[in-house]
Parts: sequence; C-alpha cells; structure tokens
Amino acid sequence: MDGVDLEVMPGEFFALLGPNGAGKTTLISILAGLVKADRGQASVLGFDVATQYRQARRALGVVPQELVFDPFFTVREALRIQSGYFGLRRNDDWVDEIIHHLDLADKADVNMRALSGGMKRRVMVAQALVHKPQVIVLDEPTAGVDVELRQALWAFIRKLNSEGHTIVLTTHYLEEAEALCQRIAMLKQGRVVALDTTQNLINAVSEQILKLRLDPDRLPASLESLAGASENGERTLALQGYGTLEHVLAELRRAGIRILEMQLLQPDLEEVFVKIMRKS
Amino acid sequence: MGGFLTLCQKELLRFWKVSFQTLLAPVLSALLYLLIFSHVLESHVQVYPGIGYAAFLIPGLAMMSALQNAFANSSSSLIQSKITGNLVYVLLPPLSPTEIFWAYLLASLARGVMVGLGVFLVAAPFADLALPHPFWALAFLLLGSGILGTLGIIAGIWADKFDQLAAFQNFLIMPLTFLSGVFYSIRSLPPFWQGLSHFNPVFYIIDGFRYGFLATSDVPPLLSLAVVAGCFLALSLLTLWLLKTGYKLRS
Repeated sequence: MDGVDLEVMPGEFFALLGPNGAGKTTLISILAGLVKADRGQASVLGFDVATQYRQARRALGVVPQELVFDPFFTVREALRIQSGYFGLRRNDDWVDEIIHHLDLADKADVNMRALSGGMKRRVMVAQALVHKPQVIVLDEPTAGVDVELRQALWAFIRKLNSEGHTIVLTTHYLEEAEALCQRIAMLKQGRVVALDTTQNLINAVSEQILKLRLDPDRLPASLESLAGASENGERTLALQGYGTLEHVLAELRRAGIRILEMQLLQPDLEEVFVKIMRKS
Repeated sequence: MGGFLTLCQKELLRFWKVSFQTLLAPVLSALLYLLIFSHVLESHVQVYPGIGYAAFLIPGLAMMSALQNAFANSSSSLIQSKITGNLVYVLLPPLSPTEIFWAYLLASLARGVMVGLGVFLVAAPFADLALPHPFWALAFLLLGSGILGTLGIIAGIWADKFDQLAAFQNFLIMPLTFLSGVFYSIRSLPPFWQGLSHFNPVFYIIDGFRYGFLATSDVPPLLSLAVVAGCFLALSLLTLWLLKTGYKLRS
C-alpha cells in the first residue's frame, strides 16, 4: 500500500475496486489484523486494529476471498465454533436465522467437505456474520457464484445495510458495485486513484455514446472528429455532453443523410473504471 | 474466555473425531514395540537390579507415545489449517496470543495424556508394575507433553509445507525421543554418548517419569524436574513471542 487515506462512513455501502494486485485484499487484511502494516494506522469504528484489536475484530466480519473451510465439521458446527471464538457460546437463534437467510437449512448438518463451491461460499458469508458485526467486509463474495446465490446474497446484504451495518465490498463485477454501492474507491498499485460517490464518478465521464445507422452510410467530414468504431453499418460517435447532440443532428440534416436507427448510451462504471485505470 | 474455551473445544474435537488415527493407532504401535522388545530382551537385559525389562520399558513407551502425540496434535492441526487456509477463522476473531497458545497446548496435552494412559493400560498386564510416586509421574507426563505440544506449535507456525514439518519431526523429534533412554538406560552407553544424552531434554522427561514407577532413576528426579520445567518455560515464552509478533501467521 502506498499512502492510502480512506474513511468509510458508518452505515455506508462502499466498494473497493481495482485490477488484480491493486492492494484491495491487502487493505482488507490490514483492517482484519491478518497482515501488519509496517507504517500507518487503521481502525474499525474508532478502534485501532493493532492496539485495540479485540474491539476492532469484534466489530468486523470478513468474508475471505479464497474458498476456505475446515473439513472436520458440519455447517452448523462450523458456525457454532466461529460464534464461540467471538465469545458467543449460546447463539443458536441467530445461527439458525443466518442459516435460513442464506438458504443453508438443508445443508446445516452436512460436512463442509461435501458442499459445492457455491454452498461453501454461503457458509463463509454466514461465518462472517455469526457475531453480528457492525462492519461487514466482503472480498469478492460473488466470484464463481451462480446467479441465484448472487441475488439471494445481495438481498441479504442489502437488508443488513438497511439495518445500519456498514458494508465494504470488493468485486470485479462492476455492475454490482454500481447497483449497490454509494461510494467507491479505486485502487491501482497500492494507491487510491479515485474516490467519490458512484454517481459523481459516472458523471465525471461526460462522454455519451451515440450509435447510428445512416442512409447513405457515411459521415459528413465535419463529424469525423467524433467518430469511433464502425461495424456492420453501425457507426459510433462519442459526444461531449448532450449539447453536442444538436450539432450532430444538424450536420446530418445539412448533408442530407437520413437516420435509420439511433441509440444514446449513458456511460457506466465499467467505462469510468477503464478510463481511470488507463489515465493513472 | 469464551473464545479460548471454544478454540480449546474445537482442537479437542478435531482429534477426537478421528480417534482411530490419533488415539488407538499410537496405542497399538506401542503395544507392538512392547511385545517385540520385551519378548526378545526380557531374559537378556536387566537395567536395574530386581526390575524386569518389561517393567522398565512400559513407562518409557507410554511417555514416548504421549510425547510424540502431543507434538503431532498441535503441529498437524496448525499446518493443516495453514495449508487449507482455514487458520484465517482463528486469526479473525478477538483471540489473544496467550489464548491461542493455551488452547492448542491444552489439546496437545489432552491427546498426549490420553495416549500415554492408553499405552499404560494395555501394557500393564504384561509386567508387574507399581506406581509408588504418582505425582512425580504426573508432573513429568504433563510437563513432557507440554514441551512437545509447544514444540508442535512452533513447528506448525514455522513450517510452510508438510515436507518441512516432516523434516522437523524426523530429524529432531524422532532422534530426541528414541535416543532418550526409552529402550535402555543411558548407563549402558559408552561415556561419549552418555554425556551427549545429558543434553537431550527428553532423556530427563523419560527418566523422571520412570522414577514415578520404579523409584529409581539415572539422575535425581529433582534435577530432571528442574530441567524439564525450565525447558517448558523457555519454549512457552518463545512460542508466545512468535504468536505476539505474528511470525508467519500475520505477515
């Protein structure tokens, strides 16, 4: 990590994005006390992760990225044990509730070894929640997970967020981050290269994409500077804001070119991400 | 406290669930040693006057099995958790280094004591054994298993793969336990090897433990107790320091 200075607000749904090796997992590991930072300070709900590690870890629930499990135990045993580690040895009501919400009831008494990858992932989410942590960190929770689980998982996490839990998420599925997160930090090579609300990040890319089918299939010379790729008669123009649209239409009219089909595309987080990563 | 108890319980369950391998198998191995060695040597070897070879061998065998299993328990639990990655579930909760240390150690002690006791129970009918100094025997059983349990934690923390753990076991633990006077009295060794044996802490564990049964020993039991307690203390402090610094666990 290189001079990362981040603050996630209580109750926020926050995304950490970045290419592989950007430092997302390292950052999470520092928060969770799995890695010691050689300099700097990190805290959870105001508790320093090194000096007040008991309070900090009690406030934090982490779903690790790697699919890990203890082959000696069943789902229910694993959850009871995990709850016990946090000092909650009589926690069966909440354990049952998590099992229910994550659709694990059928598998509760099955050994971890016998579960599919997606089921193991659900148990990992459950393990992170056994002690009702205020802050929940999900490190790529949907990698290699089917659509059904993804939807169930996000519904549950949204519910937790609406109940006041702070959620920090890393993912490579940018549409997930766009749909769920209020604020986003983008990391590259250990540095924060962008930090803003999801909407501001998207708005900052002022380019809209205009797709056209024309008759005759040609662009007037005055619009050549906006032209992007052209494929099977579909031409792409990059617009700098809606103001440019009027100019494009006027130029086409003047050249006597008819519009057969037209599509205006808004920038999405993926575009923003690609741009920011290229720029920095 | 709850976290510590749970980790302790989990470590106990871990070996209990596979007790064929972790408890019965070592008892059977020890029984085989006893049958072969005592059959071959009973009429040839008399270590102490008036004490049969089987009576001499059984306490040593029970202790050796206890030690090996105390080591195996903590070391294999840690290396398995490290390699499969599930150690993260012990590292994420608010467990202190001291709690982690004692939980792994107590589970090792439990397995060591169970195996030692098991060996003793199945072997006892083969010899005329008394236990004149039970507290001496108990003290050496606990401290000895404690030393090896602690060494198991160190090995489990240090080793990155099974291969390295096997090296630790085969090149350090096995020689130390086999060359500790389990099968012989070090008095029967040439002077050089006798002298060398005095640098082997396992020798003092076996000798002191045997004193509990035979009321005789190669070195005074109090000296053995001091050496063994000192080793346990030193290794415990080292292990606690490793856990506090996060050596290899919280890199």
